[in-house]
Amino acid sequence: MFEIVRIENFSPSTFLWEVRAPEIAHAARPGQFVIVRCDEKAERIPLTIADFDVVSGTVTVVIQAAGKSTFDMKAYKALDQISDVAGPLGEPSEIENFGTVVLVGGGLGVAPVFPILRALKLKGCRTISIIGFRSKSLVFWEGRFREYSDETIIVTDDGTYGEKGLVTQPLKQIITEREINRVIAIGPLVMMKAAAEVTRPAGVRTIVSVNPIMVDGTGMCGSCRVSLGGEVKFACIDGPDMDGHLVNFDELLIRQKRFSKYEKKSLELYEKKCQKK
Amino acid sequence: MPKKVIVRQSSAHLPPETRRTNFEEVVCGYSEAEALTEAGRCLQCKTPVCITGCPVKINIKQFINFISKKDYKGAYKTITEANLFPSICGRVCPQERQCEASCVLGKKQEPVAIGLLERFVGDRAQQNDWHETHPVEPIDKKAAIIGSGPAGLACAYDLAKAGVTVVVFEALHRPGGVLIYGIPEFRLPKEVVFKEIENLRGLGVTIETNRVIGKIHTIEELMTRLSFDVVFIGAGAGYPKNPGIKGDSLNGVMSANEFLTRVTLMHGADFPKYGTPVGIGKNIAVIGCGNTAIDSARTAMRLGPDNVYIVYRRTLEESPARKEEIRHAREEGVRFIWQTVPVELLPDDEGWVKGMDCIQRKVDETGLHIDSKFFLYADTVIYALGTMANPIISRTTPELKIDKTGYIETSEDNLMTSIPGIFAGGDITRSTGTFTTVIHAMSTGRRAAKGMLEYLKAGQ
Ligand SMILES: Cc1cc2nc3c(=O)[nH]c(=O)nc-3n(C[C@H](O)[C@H](O)[C@H](O)COP(=O)(O)OP(=O)(O)OC[C@H]3O[C@@H](n4cnc5c(N)ncnc54)[C@H](O)[C@@H]3O)c2cc1C
Ligand SMILES: Cc1cc2nc3c(=O)[nH]c(=O)nc-3n(C[C@H](O)[C@H](O)[C@H](O)COP(=O)(O)OP(=O)(O)OC[C@H]3O[C@@H](n4cnc5c(N)ncnc54)[C@H](O)[C@@H]3O)c2cc1C
Ligand code: SF4
Ligand code: FES
Repeated sequence: MFEIVRIENFSPSTFLWEVRAPEIAHAARPGQFVIVRCDEKAERIPLTIADFDVVSGTVTVVIQAAGKSTFDMKAYKALDQISDVAGPLGEPSEIENFGTVVLVGGGLGVAPVFPILRALKLKGCRTISIIGFRSKSLVFWEGRFREYSDETIIVTDDGTYGEKGLVTQPLKQIITEREINRVIAIGPLVMMKAAAEVTRPAGVRTIVSVNPIMVDGTGMCGSCRVSLGGEVKFACIDGPDMDGHLVNFDELLIRQKRFSKYEKKSLELYEKKCQKK
Repeated sequence: MPKKVIVRQSSAHLPPETRRTNFEEVVCGYSEAEALTEAGRCLQCKTPVCITGCPVKINIKQFINFISKKDYKGAYKTITEANLFPSICGRVCPQERQCEASCVLGKKQEPVAIGLLERFVGDRAQQNDWHETHPVEPIDKKAAIIGSGPAGLACAYDLAKAGVTVVVFEALHRPGGVLIYGIPEFRLPKEVVFKEIENLRGLGVTIETNRVIGKIHTIEELMTRLSFDVVFIGAGAGYPKNPGIKGDSLNGVMSANEFLTRVTLMHGADFPKYGTPVGIGKNIAVIGCGNTAIDSARTAMRLGPDNVYIVYRRTLEESPARKEEIRHAREEGVRFIWQTVPVELLPDDEGWVKGMDCIQRKVDETGLHIDSKFFLYADTVIYALGTMANPIISRTTPELKIDKTGYIETSEDNLMTSIPGIFAGGDITRSTGTFTTVIHAMSTGRRAAKGMLEYLKAGQ
């Protein structure tokens, strides 16, 4: 069993869990993820490690309630126990002094960008962060980003905070105006796809973190397959970081819907249950 | 007057119409009377050739003799000297290719049903809570076992009995390897596996689930920071091979491992009570015809489809699956399409598979190939084309010698890898000339345990 030591709500649908898992915290590196199974009947849910602390022996994940399983997770309180946390899984992000790096986080993707940003900064990179949210009420971790970024740009879809627009707009501007050595983009698939298209003409190496549907997370099932430059890769063992210019995003977007029929059914039942209460 | 020939006792089976609708065990096993009659068929040969056919050399003649004398505990003791999990092996071993293939009775009539007798003894032991209770004399040594499949479990058992402190690290949330995530409930009830694993815990073995070695701890860390003296790698060969044809990434196409894991490990048949959906349609095509393909087809049958097909490039005779399982599948309504290869999977407008273009190749009397092309309507395609070595451990252990295809190389005599103190067995190692089976994995686990104990002794 694993204890949730702290919960922080960022908005009605996004929240943070800090979970006690000393061995995972010890081994974790930026870019890796965990798989959480809350109880005997629950799904195995992959979540990126948004922070880890060897001293307190905890790992932090930021969760967006997207469907039945993640809505269920909202009901947990601090000091509750969950059955399983497996990790760290996946390959760590490459951390080197690359020169100037632009880090792009969209929505919930802002959380997993953070440990990469911190590690790159500590390696000596010059860091420019672009973080985007739908609206002001959804902004989180601005302070943490400012602490490790030489420049921080915040955008919101509706313009209620920072610049109005999408993360790709400032990205495009920076790429055309300056010498950038690497871009890291994490967020919804459409955002990562758009970011990769922005950097492709300039040939700036762009790393994205793909999130296909997973089961085991150990390379055993193939559910997480991704076409990378025409080759089949498994995101759980070959990724989740991948070369954004080689990822077949269109295929991923379709594969994201593999279980949509069932997800809907699950959510409807969940909502019915909530109404009864 | 010639002696009256007693025919081989068959076990009761659930009738196909009922079993198609549930996951209950299909083969019911022997009653005591049936077991006694069957044991009575054994000739108690002077040179029992059945034993040579058994990969772990169970003293078959002796355990059958114990059954005849109704000394079932004696029979259990005899079996467990060589095989720790008779309830499992009695159910899943391909006896028709092993012990039963050698039995002398098989020349004139049918061989003794050694597998069903073994299962009878194993189940008696489970019902009566018999354990193989050896007094364990602890020695001051620690072993880490990677993977809790049959190879790892067998290795853990022998080491624990020799007094070694054993910790098993398992990547998934539940121990058992393929026994727990792959082989379906109706062929190997999970309760049977749980009980065998509980026995192991009773011997003092610790099982740590959710631990992917190579990720949470490297092998080097196991030997240094975590101070294990020896390590056994039994990580299995779970990486599924892709069909590699156009359309294999379409929605509705999945590996047998994914499908079976969703149903068997994650209880997908009970969705939404359990959170994991299975996501199959009504017309299911399984590509391949090994054990895994048959298990997938029979599992799919139990989820209420309209049609389940097995599409296989060769003939019935060439299929590596157990003939009994093919028969079971047929009885349950699975349809077999032989000598056929799918060449392309075709999508509907939304990226879902709607069927496959196939080529059936038959050879006529003159040796001429006759190819015919056809379209098979299928909204779900499950591929069971074999597996490859999982790369997690080899990638994080650069000194570990692997062959061209990623399997771990070991020395023939003690199963030690290229790194001193690290041993390996089961499906992650490649041994020529044998099938990848549960009993083969167990036998390598035991051989490695022997090698590990000798290594520990030599190092003192
Ligand atoms: C490597 C990786 C890292 C991830 N990191 C995070 C994270 O840090 N925070 C977070 O909130 N979410 C993360 N996800 C996504 C998260 O796992 C899914 O949102 C979750 O499983 C959805 O479950 P559900 O039952 O709540 O929703 P469902 O009703 O099952 O699905 C809702 C939506 O989520 C998508 N989805 C469903 N299952 C998965 C899945 N296993 N992986 C990806 N998308 C899925 C569906 O296609 C659908 O669009 C990550 C996924 C992966 C693969
Ligand atoms: C569907 C199916 C049906 C089968 N039917 C039969 C049958 O009827 N009869 C028969 O004899 N054989 C059968 N087999 C084959 C048999 O199951 C295998 O040969 C056998 O299980 C191999 O045992 P193993 O211990 O080497 O590996 P596995 O059983 O594969 O177990 C390996 C374990 O290691 C874990 N692991 C992997 N990597 C790591 C890591 N890095 N860290 C920690 N843990 C890790 C895995 O999660 C897994 O639990 C079948 C196989 C399948 C897939
Ligand atoms: S070969 Fe057959 S008849 Fe002879 S001892 Fe073995 S099981 Fe009995
Ligand atoms: S999640 Fe199963 S192989 Fe990646």
